Amino acid sequence: MSDATLAELMITAASETWRNNGELLASGITTIPRLGASLAKMTHSPELLMTDSEAYLVSEPAPLGPRAADYVPKFEGYMSFDRVFECVWGGKRHAMIGPTQIDRWGQTNLSCVGPDYAKPKSAVLGVRGLPGNSINHINSFFVPAHNTRVFVAGEVDMVSGVGYKAERWGAGMKRDYADIRVVVTDLCVLDFGGPDHAARVISLHPGVTFEQVQAATGFPLIAIDNLGETALPTAEQFAIIRKLDPHNMRGMVLKGNPPAIKAAA
Amino acid sequence: MTFTKQKTAAEAIAELRDGMTIGIGGWGPRRKPMALVREILRSPLRDLTIVSYGGPDVGMLCAAGKVKKLIFAFVTMDAIPLEPYYRKARESGTIQIEEYDEGMFEWGLRAAGMRMSFLPTRCGLATDVLAKNPRLKTIASPYDDGEVYVAMPALKLDAALIHVNESDKIGNTLLRGHDVFFDNLFARASSHTIVSTEVLHDRLTVDAETAKQNAFERYLVQTVVHAPCGAHPTYLGPNYGLDMDHLKAYNASASEEGGWQKYADEFVNVGEEAYLAKVGGAERVSKLKLPVY
Repeated sequence: MSDATLAELMITAASETWRNNGELLASGITTIPRLGASLAKMTHSPELLMTDSEAYLVSEPAPLGPRAADYVPKFEGYMSFDRVFECVWGGKRHAMIGPTQIDRWGQTNLSCVGPDYAKPKSAVLGVRGLPGNSINHINSFFVPAHNTRVFVAGEVDMVSGVGYKAERWGAGMKRDYADIRVVVTDLCVLDFGGPDHAARVISLHPGVTFEQVQAATGFPLIAIDNLGETALPTAEQFAIIRKLDPHNMRGMVLKGNPPAIKAAA
Repeated sequence: MTFTKQKTAAEAIAELRDGMTIGIGGWGPRRKPMALVREILRSPLRDLTIVSYGGPDVGMLCAAGKVKKLIFAFVTMDAIPLEPYYRKARESGTIQIEEYDEGMFEWGLRAAGMRMSFLPTRCGLATDVLAKNPRLKTIASPYDDGEVYVAMPALKLDAALIHVNESDKIGNTLLRGHDVFFDNLFARASSHTIVSTEVLHDRLTVDAETAKQNAFERYLVQTVVHAPCGAHPTYLGPNYGLDMDHLKAYNASASEEGGWQKYADEFVNVGEEAYLAKVGGAERVSKLKLPVY
């Protein structure tokens, strides 16, 4: 679909990270990650578990926003918050959230920004579930505006989610369950699969160059061999996305809702 | 049994003291005991340590200068992700904080309820939750694995505030929403629990299916307050949804000069009866649409 929007391309890219995960809880938090998880379940990975984003497991992803009066979610089980924690601690989950900052070690911050923790320049949400999620199960991230304020040069201001920085890990602490998969941004898809978990660009969105991504990132990136383009949604994927998001909430995530393939200048 | 635990909100809040550690049930903008929170706002109480999965409860208490210390994992109003008065307090450095992972927070309440000093967890290791909190210590497994955990300290509460759908006068309660959140653990962690309720019964007599909606025992409840619409403007399933208009106005007040004082004068200081009338009465509140997440 060459007329897809960038948001739709990002949803499609996000869905790929839930491929071959097996039977686990797919938690996409906020519009694009949630649509990505939903698309994965509706296409290549029906074995995924999902919730209605409140308290129930559903066998079919619930559409976003106001629903038709006769819509009844297809409940298949219960997943209250205390059960989500039980699931997290058992490791059977792959979450995708949008952190405020990400550093070269894959550490994330959702708490506050600025050098002084006691008096931060900007208070965000708090660490939420990031410390527990990041040390217990698979995590991926979503960045709607790829820039050096998000991908910081040094360490994130308040390390909320764990990463691969060796100095942070004391003797006896179990690192084995920490597993960062991908970061889907408005420019590219990254992972931490380089030497010593160095960040790599694994695909570029149409019309974006590696140099452009590097300039928008506060730390050095590696390009994988034969670096290619992020796939556009197929007609089938596009139809499913539209069904899952009938009110086009995906169109409000990125500034100006740009097309995936930028018009020639 | 002829005894009753029923009190007015003002009597219930008068049982609290300056400097207490107070847990608040609910989650973000969901099922918060707001009538009790407003009663604290009207009281002379100060220097409180607030323990909460935070929403507008935390924001309002911060705005009114009631909070000395906040023990939290987040503060949010969901549809309005950033809580404006929490941010002001946090960014001005006027409140002390203890920040935990959501699950560690649960563990702390659980430890307190079980009368343990701590519970071990992996959550928090290798993050600034550990590095920036001098109270937190680690502990090594005494078994062959020797794994190192965070020893999450008990979050002992002097008092807990919880809003329920139904209660009787001796503290048998029903939570009828989709999720009890961690209110059962707030009740267990606290030596004094004040429950506010939409519907007050003399004595609760229910069928077995309904009895499953009872999340904690009545011996954990010391005080019962009848507070219809007592979670407003937060979401109380299945009775009423978020009052987005009200939350938007509250949120906007934070960007005005003297905005909190204006909000407090209009909605809080007038008393609960006038509050309810100002937000449209029980009739309007009962019609607030349930949220779709």
